[in-house]
Amino acid sequence: MDNPYLPYPVRIEEIITETEDKNLKTFKFVFLNPEDEEKFSYIPGQFAELSVPGKGEIPIGIASSPTEKGFVSFTVNKVGLVTTHLHNMKVGEIMGIRGPLGNWYPWEEMEGKNVVIIGGGFAFTTLRSSIVYMLHPDNRPKFEDIIVVYGARSPGMLLYKDELAAWEQRDDIQMHITVDATDDPDWKYNVGFVPTITEQKITSSENAIAIVCGPPIMIKFTQPVLEKLGFPPERIILSLEMRMKCGIGMCGRCNIGDQYVCKDGPVFSLAQLKKMPPEY
Amino acid sequence: MENKVFSKDEWLEGIKALQSEYKVFVPVKAGDFHKFVRLEEQTIPDLDYQNTRLSPKSLVYPESERMFEFSTDENDPDYNILKEAQKDFGPQAIIGLRPCDAHGFLIVKRNFDNPEYKDPWWVRRYEASTLVGLGCNEPCGTCFCSSVGGGPFDEEGLDVLLFDLEDQYLAKALTEKGSTLLAKLDGGSEASDKELSKAEEVKKAAQEKISSKVDTSKLADKDVLELFNAPFWEDLAFACINCGTCTFLCPTCWCFDIQDEVYQKIGDRIRNWDACMFPLFTLHGSGHNPRSEKFQRVRQRFMHKLKYYVDKYGNGVQCSGCGRCVQFCPVNIDIRHVIELMNSH
Ligand SMILES: Cc1cc2nc3c(=O)[nH]c(=O)nc-3n(C[C@H](O)[C@H](O)[C@H](O)COP(=O)(O)OP(=O)(O)OC[C@H]3O[C@@H](n4cnc5c(N)ncnc54)[C@H](O)[C@@H]3O)c2cc1C
Ligand code: SF4
Ligand code: SF4
Ligand code: FES
Repeated sequence: MDNPYLPYPVRIEEIITETEDKNLKTFKFVFLNPEDEEKFSYIPGQFAELSVPGKGEIPIGIASSPTEKGFVSFTVNKVGLVTTHLHNMKVGEIMGIRGPLGNWYPWEEMEGKNVVIIGGGFAFTTLRSSIVYMLHPDNRPKFEDIIVVYGARSPGMLLYKDELAAWEQRDDIQMHITVDATDDPDWKYNVGFVPTITEQKITSSENAIAIVCGPPIMIKFTQPVLEKLGFPPERIILSLEMRMKCGIGMCGRCNIGDQYVCKDGPVFSLAQLKKMPPEY
Repeated sequence: MENKVFSKDEWLEGIKALQSEYKVFVPVKAGDFHKFVRLEEQTIPDLDYQNTRLSPKSLVYPESERMFEFSTDENDPDYNILKEAQKDFGPQAIIGLRPCDAHGFLIVKRNFDNPEYKDPWWVRRYEASTLVGLGCNEPCGTCFCSSVGGGPFDEEGLDVLLFDLEDQYLAKALTEKGSTLLAKLDGGSEASDKELSKAEEVKKAAQEKISSKVDTSKLADKDVLELFNAPFWEDLAFACINCGTCTFLCPTCWCFDIQDEVYQKIGDRIRNWDACMFPLFTLHGSGHNPRSEKFQRVRQRFMHKLKYYVDKYGNGVQCSGCGRCVQFCPVNIDIRHVIELMNSH
């Protein structure tokens, strides 16, 4: 019998410190058994349980794209027991990942549409996966305009800075990077909160679908902006977080109404959420 | 399928002999209550009981279960690699459980054995179990099994059903597994028509003795948000002390936690029963807690059992009507009352 709780063993291949406060690190993992990589076949928007033996497991969005081969990566914020221990681990150490888990962004529905991506803080991880995926030459023709609003507290708190800079140079993706505030005179991009920048930069909801990931406060204030632009709730897509353990809808912990965020989510449309108890 | 009659002595001897092929579990009296234990040399089974205080769910789903083992010693070639803990999933027989508790297993099965995932420990133990039920001649005042799709002699989920006919048991085989078990028992004789009709009478009399009834048929059509936002939750939860007794005793509560334990570089990943009544259950690392308030947790317990589950599976409520939570809640919160509140909202 397949054991859905058994993680695949992986080796930490690379650790990148992403932010100036050193609280966010990206971990690149390589599967110890190459055939496991195939079994771990994922779609942007999904997550996995990172298993640190002796400490526990944590649900983390997959930050790499399935178009990137040979590794999977995750960006982890240091908050508690497992994340702190993970931050102290070193390249070469062995741990586990279990997944892929949950659903994904509505890729079929997004085909032929303008894709508006709105991200804040460290919730940008699965959005990074999505952008890399869409920009892959095999996939780019499937989508119309790709417009990204991404904000962090300060320039030093942005994730994936090199990639952001590279995307800024491309003409097949429109980037609107912003920070809440900065005293850096060389800062070339926007200053302002994500909802404000969204209001300034996104001009139309026509044939568009919006994916929003960020802290609750950002989501709360971005929602009315999108609604004003004419995005119907079916075309506003959110990814939720709940405390999790099993990740497969069995431990009963992550429910919102009759939906398990780990199995039925984490991706929901605003239309779906409006029918669910507001308990998240 | 066969119906056999055993004298009570014959039956007890018979189940003792089953030990060579099954792990046998029986109810015994322990202090003021009954509980299921593994049948051993000195065990005195007591089938003359109402119900066990703890449900028999732990015989398939232990309170604490080792999932994986690992070594955290960097010199170990399998350092940090999880391996499934080796266990005995050999046949087990649960003798004398109540029909409501067998119904409880079927409810929990929808969670642990679903089209997408199978919980390997629950499923293997459940499949290895033969459930020999004992009909309830004398249901308690808190039993409302017949309101939730069961009954004191309900056969669903059982492999054998026993009828207590004073000095003998009539054993009705309900499945292949049940027949197999009965075939291993010495003694007994084919039930006569007279004994069969006596069993029917006992059953009917018991059904009539169920005094507690509540209508669960309206819950499916209720609007989930209206129930969620109903004004009665805070009042209802006022007295609750979040002790978790209700979830712990309940045969249909299945929530669990997963924890790692390490001692001298040998580690175990363990799962333990957990409960929606505890604030830590949903506490995020960030400090945010979607159910930080007591009434939200009480609401979750009842909404899960009486609405979310109903909507998710379309197969009734997540409650077998055993009445344990009603009997043992220290502040007398009564699920039947909650159903009525939901019905009339
Ligand atoms: C679908 C999903 C995707 C996520 N993606 C990311 C990501 O890409 N990067 C990132 O940094 N964080 C992400 N998180 C949050 C991350 O899971 C928590 O920060 C992490 O579990 C905290 O673990 P801890 O042991 O350090 O904290 P502690 O507070 O010590 O937590 C103990 C345990 O509680 C559980 N837990 C605590 N907080 C959360 C939480 N917010 N969500 C789920 N389980 C929790 C975990 O099992 C954890 O091991 C995601 C959460 C979800 C649900
Ligand atoms: S047993 Fe009663 S007091 Fe204890 S958690 Fe359950 S409802 Fe609350
Ligand atoms: S909710 Fe109460 S009555 Fe229903 S199965 Fe659980 S313990 Fe028994
Ligand atoms: S994490 Fe266990 S049910 Fe979702």
